Amino acid sequence: MVSTLVAQAPEATVLSDELRAAIDREIARFPEPRGALLAALRLVQDELGCIAPPTARAVAEIFGLHPAEVLEVLSFYNLFHTEPQGRHEVRVCTNLACSLRGARTLLRELEEHLGIRAGQTTPDGRVTLGHEECLGACGYAPMLRIGDRYHEELDGPAARALVDGLP
Amino acid sequence: MGQTAPHVCGYLTERFSDDAFGSFAGYREAGGYETARHALNRMTPEEVIAVVKSSGLQGRGGASFPAGLKWSFMPTDDEGPSYLVCNADESEPGSFKDRLLMERGPHQLLEGLLIAAWAVGAETTFLYVRGEYAEAASVLARAIGEARAKGVLGPRALGSDFGHDVVLVRGAGAYICGEETGLLESLEGKKGQPRRKPPYPAQRGAFGRPTTVNNVETFCHVPHILKNGADWFRGIGTEQSPGTLLFGVSGHVVRPGLYELPLGTRLDEILFEYAGGVPGGRRVKGVIPGGISTPILPAGLLDVRMANEFLRERHTLLGTGGIMVMDETTCMVRVGCIASGFFRDESCGQCTQCREGTGWLDQLLHRLERGDGSDGDLALLGDVADKMEGGTICSFADAAAWPVQGLLRHFGDEFAGHVSARGCPLDQSFAL
Ligand SMILES: Cc1cc2nc3c(=O)[nH]c(=O)nc-3n(C[C@H](O)[C@H](O)[C@H](O)COP(=O)(O)O)c2cc1C
Ligand code: SF4
Ligand code: FES
Repeated sequence: MVSTLVAQAPEATVLSDELRAAIDREIARFPEPRGALLAALRLVQDELGCIAPPTARAVAEIFGLHPAEVLEVLSFYNLFHTEPQGRHEVRVCTNLACSLRGARTLLRELEEHLGIRAGQTTPDGRVTLGHEECLGACGYAPMLRIGDRYHEELDGPAARALVDGLP
Repeated sequence: MGQTAPHVCGYLTERFSDDAFGSFAGYREAGGYETARHALNRMTPEEVIAVVKSSGLQGRGGASFPAGLKWSFMPTDDEGPSYLVCNADESEPGSFKDRLLMERGPHQLLEGLLIAAWAVGAETTFLYVRGEYAEAASVLARAIGEARAKGVLGPRALGSDFGHDVVLVRGAGAYICGEETGLLESLEGKKGQPRRKPPYPAQRGAFGRPTTVNNVETFCHVPHILKNGADWFRGIGTEQSPGTLLFGVSGHVVRPGLYELPLGTRLDEILFEYAGGVPGGRRVKGVIPGGISTPILPAGLLDVRMANEFLRERHTLLGTGGIMVMDETTCMVRVGCIASGFFRDESCGQCTQCREGTGWLDQLLHRLERGDGSDGDLALLGDVADKMEGGTICSFADAAAWPVQGLLRHFGDEFAGHVSARGCPLDQSFAL
């Protein structure tokens, strides 16, 4: 996967001046520039929705890295995506504490409700549904996150209402 | 906010439901940062370390290493920068205390960091927050900004000659970055693969410089210890394990949530008296005492005090204090599957034992759960787990093997039952 991405040798995406400036501010916070790589990738993904190979190449140029080094980091961390996601990322925690309180049933109900399986995006691109490892809310289970926001102590109707309320 | 307030509070959490505690003004008004001011202006680093050493404070990140002793490993004759790292990567399933400590009490944490930084001579603290913890990160960013504006952080922290700043760093979703050297790699902008030790972080840590790494909760105890004294701290908890601990209780209990209680509180007391026991009049079947890595205890062994010196006698550990409770409807093979799936996905893959072993455990457990397992598979399961222990670059492989060993020790019959019944003999309507 990674090797084919590199072999395509895409032209680097041109990043906006604002984004470049924000990345430079991150770099200034670290004793060595590379320390800011994760922060830079986060900024880029927040703006562009994902980090496709041409974007990874642009980031690599800023840090003086080989694109493969950036892809290696990208693929190590769960929060980075190389492909576009739905407008809303809905992730149900299915680790033990949440499963003991019905998280797996909840996920199946959401799959049925949205007509997609975990890991898929609705055809209109509105919602990407997925499961997630423990999110540090075990005492308030079951729970899911929508993007950055936690929603705790859910049941089927509450979870469906949350998803239906997404623009 | 209100919904997640702890059910039982101690000195760390008593002001969690008061919004003022989270603000700079509110924290200052109640005497906050006065302990750090005293330490930075009137105590030597050696004196601070001596107090923390004699308090007996043990790290709260899972390994229970003595904090004062760790601080004393930092070289004192080194020219050039050294660093403090706050491990806020909390991702052990069952654990949620660090998130609430950051969201509710950011200044309590910052005060602890400042005192520790003075003690170890660090010019900068890197506060590495788990990538998914957006709320905690934004609360901390605001608190750091306030602390800088008010001269708590900066070239003359709290009016002393000590210059210090805190740099907030966000992770990007990888359990292994909680292991301290995996964290250091991640901090340097790399994959979070743990480093070989030695050298230890105190010798070569972040960016090649001497570094001390501690957990969020560990730092939060520090201002209280300096303010009230080592003897006060030793008066709480057990002789070997002093202080309170934030227990996170989850699973099949009436009142799940956070409980701040002295170390050494009995597990059955936490479960039945504080957390209200198992709902629906059902019976408890097993309890994981300290996060998913720690071996399970069956119903008959819950009369144990929650401190390592007692838990070890029962072949388990305190871990991070994440107590997960399972009632009689729970299939223990299923529990094993959930644990093994997690460890298989999160292994960083450097050590063969770990990479291959976590895959094997996961396959064998799923085969047993489906009813396709044989007696040979069952024997192999125990064998693989035993062979994974020891000898890897970090203790993730041990942490992956322990839950399986615990399940086999106490629920071996249930595992054998899955072989003879060719599937799960439990009523599936209650299944996980
Ligand atoms: C696989 C693994 C995961 C870990 N995850 C965490 C974590 O999320 N948070 C944490 O504070 N310590 C974690 N630790 C422990 C750290 O390596 C380190 O011991 C700890 O941060 C030191 O702080 P303390 O002495 O204050 O506990 C983990 C260890 C291992 C082996
Ligand atoms: S034990 Fe596992 S997680 Fe730890 S370094 Fe080895 S492969 Fe990576
Ligand atoms: S198990 Fe779901 S938040 Fe921890």
